[in-house]
Amino acid sequence: MNARDPFNVSRRRFFKKSGALAVAFSLAPSLIEAQPAARPALPGSLNNFRKLDSWLSINPDGTLTIFSGKVELGQGITTALTQIVADELDIDMLRIKVVSGDTARVPDEGVTAGSLSIQQSGAALQAASAEARALLLAAAAQKLGAPVASLIVLDGTITAAAGAASGAKTTYWEMAGSVPLAREATPNVKTKTPAELKLVGKNVPRRDIPAKVTGGEAYVQDMRLPGMVFGRVVRPPSLTAKLLSVDEAAVRRLPGVVAVVRDGNFLAVAATREEQAIAARYALSQNAKWDVPAALPPKGAALYAHMKTQRSTDTIVGRKDNPQAAASATRTLKAEYTRPFQSHGSIGPSCAVAQWKDDKLTVWTHSQSVFQLRGDMVKVLKMPEANINCIHKEGAGCYGHNGADDVALDAALVARATKGRPVKLQWMREDEFGWEPYGSAMVMDLTGGLDATGRIVDWTHELWSHTHSTRPYDPDGSNLLAGWHLANPSLMGPAKNIPQPNGGSDRNAVPYYVFAQTKTINHLLMDMPLRVSALRTLGAYANLFAAESFMDEMAELAGVDPVDFRLRHLTDPRARAVLEKVAADANWKTGDKHRGVSFSRYKNNSCYVAAIADIEVDRASGVVSVPRIALSVDAGMIVSPDGIVNQIEGGAIQSTSWTLREQIGYDNRQILTKSWADYSILTYAEVPKVKVSLVNMPNERSLGVGEGSQGPTVAAIANAFARATGKRLRDLPFTPDKVKAVLA
Amino acid sequence: MAVTLTVNGARHTSPAAPATPLLYVLRNDLNLNAAKYGCGFGQCGACTVLIGGVATRSCITPAGKVGNQAITTLEGLGSTGSPHALQQAFIDEQAAQCGYCVAGAMMTAKALLDKTPKPNESQIRGALTGNLCRCGTHNRIVRAVQRASGQEVTA
Repeated sequence: MNARDPFNVSRRRFFKKSGALAVAFSLAPSLIEAQPAARPALPGSLNNFRKLDSWLSINPDGTLTIFSGKVELGQGITTALTQIVADELDIDMLRIKVVSGDTARVPDEGVTAGSLSIQQSGAALQAASAEARALLLAAAAQKLGAPVASLIVLDGTITAAAGAASGAKTTYWEMAGSVPLAREATPNVKTKTPAELKLVGKNVPRRDIPAKVTGGEAYVQDMRLPGMVFGRVVRPPSLTAKLLSVDEAAVRRLPGVVAVVRDGNFLAVAATREEQAIAARYALSQNAKWDVPAALPPKGAALYAHMKTQRSTDTIVGRKDNPQAAASATRTLKAEYTRPFQSHGSIGPSCAVAQWKDDKLTVWTHSQSVFQLRGDMVKVLKMPEANINCIHKEGAGCYGHNGADDVALDAALVARATKGRPVKLQWMREDEFGWEPYGSAMVMDLTGGLDATGRIVDWTHELWSHTHSTRPYDPDGSNLLAGWHLANPSLMGPAKNIPQPNGGSDRNAVPYYVFAQTKTINHLLMDMPLRVSALRTLGAYANLFAAESFMDEMAELAGVDPVDFRLRHLTDPRARAVLEKVAADANWKTGDKHRGVSFSRYKNNSCYVAAIADIEVDRASGVVSVPRIALSVDAGMIVSPDGIVNQIEGGAIQSTSWTLREQIGYDNRQILTKSWADYSILTYAEVPKVKVSLVNMPNERSLGVGEGSQGPTVAAIANAFARATGKRLRDLPFTPDKVKAVLA
Repeated sequence: MAVTLTVNGARHTSPAAPATPLLYVLRNDLNLNAAKYGCGFGQCGACTVLIGGVATRSCITPAGKVGNQAITTLEGLGSTGSPHALQQAFIDEQAAQCGYCVAGAMMTAKALLDKTPKPNESQIRGALTGNLCRCGTHNRIVRAVQRASGQEVTA
């Protein structure tokens, strides 16, 4: 094995293409969630980190610190967590300090992804806060000589409100020393009822916004450490390119250059000034000579045909047999849908700061998973875990697995050569477009059978996709980019899929509708010619594009209104409610042209979202625009209404952009998308207006929403196009050339 | 070689070579955070500052070409303790998700409002078209600009 092949070919023999289909086992989602049976279940991540002081510290100075493994990505999570804690403890939110994503200080809650932060960290903090409050009140009762029931709490001040001790006071901050929180949490702690909550469910201003709108230090990009120098990388032209030669000496002589790093195919520079680092990077890139194999797949329709022939692991991920009902089908339909490679397109290229002190490394990073990043750094740098501290600092929005983790290793490798001086390393725009892991191209074949009464009695969803999960800390490999390029490389493991019920490639491929017979087949492609990983929603965006388009195609075959047709196949009352709500909000009428509807329950186990998109098609130019989208959302008990609206609206706009515009360009050797000129996204003048209505379910568990609206949005647009023109687009994105071709 | 600039009302001298993009002088010599590196080609607007009142891409503006023109960055408008009306409007509308593009968008909006105090919605969208946002916060940002201009929020 050598640095030319980052894909660990020795493992490939384990994944020879199999003609037979295997039924997937329903495995526990991760080891972290597997617990010894003897210990009682605790809410959210408290189940894994069971000590109260893992989550809370009550400080004598009148503040309270919360520790969360979930990090701020611009989604407002730190604000939502403080709402939850402030409510349970009856304190002002301003007293709360948040420590999040620091491998030395917080619980390892895995990745901040999958719209799970409220469910995992929020639930843990709520229970820990409720128990801490009860402990503080019990201690205060003793001190004040008053029964617990007589105590009231106002912003951390505990007052006996009745009885002999009436009027006696103490505070959390005074009691903190006598209430040790280094104790295991108790199951079934009573938390407040929805009616008792004052902050949860209300809009509170986000804590991160003031700094962001005044030029405060808000991002890792804004960090400045004494003696800090600036780093840049020179990436190879492609994943399989090999460095033939480079003149490092010439670059070392350039102004300000303090280090040139060459290790295998890894090339980087550091300089005292940022513009000097950029100049040195350019010089290095110009004199580096590479062998660039023709290793990339075909494009467009040829890509999708090619994908169906590739080495794959084939799995039936969902199946319901009812041959008798299926045989009652009187009409059948089949269609293929496709989605290209798409970019996260963060506005801020990935960045990290790294510093070595003796043999200890500290990295400031906008990783979504600091512990997993550290885990892979241990593999690549071959040093003890205890000597690496990864600390989260916000970056630009990432929308999944972008370059955040990779740049952290880049910075660490460069900082190893700068003799203790910290290095801030930011990727250039072309590094981000060229090297961040894309959302995989996908092909979905749908077949359906309709019976004489207009019900779907048979449904098959078959898909081909690369993996959607190459995040750091794969047990079988290392997923940090620079690690693959080193002379002594740390290679990635074989492609894997996240199992159902959440699914990865197959996320939302199993129907949520009730059909008599269903089959869902996932062909996980084992090779990865373009680097791919988690882009917001993973496979759900493309699967819902296909499945919800196909629902409309089946509805048309049945001659039934698409809202009614969906309702006909939905039994979950919450699903029906969001669909009925959006139809009412948008004043849906059966004969409406120029608008389309769609529904999904994200991951089939999270938030419910229904969408109606209005569309305009300029037949002459082929330009499709989406002036308006209405969405209705049921995310259980609402913590932050405005936070949900912001995420749902943002997701709908981003999805509209994916749908109308976006695809990564490449030729047979390398990525051609290098700047925004090569990757068009929607602008202020082009984005839809978005109306979001929320269905609050105060007695239901809170559900994440960060990925709830993308699937419904793409399908609502696709269905609107079909209703407006009578022609259907099944190949994303809906660019003018495709529109003109289908309307010709 | 050195460059002397007037930034947010004060004179500063930087050791940067005159060809250095203004962005790096602002961020690294003046320790100003607001203008961001986004693309380096003037395509995304994250680095936008005002030069002589005109919204300008600092990532492609050589520091040595600015001369005596006044440079205003977002820091020059106000602070968390004493926010400018535009900043307050962004807080009131909660007009950010990740916020990385926001400083640039706000400077574009400042230039617009200085010239056109009551822009209509389509003028606001048109002015901001060169500022890319990826979180999908566009409509909120338009609302914040409407609010800052004392107009009805319609976006």
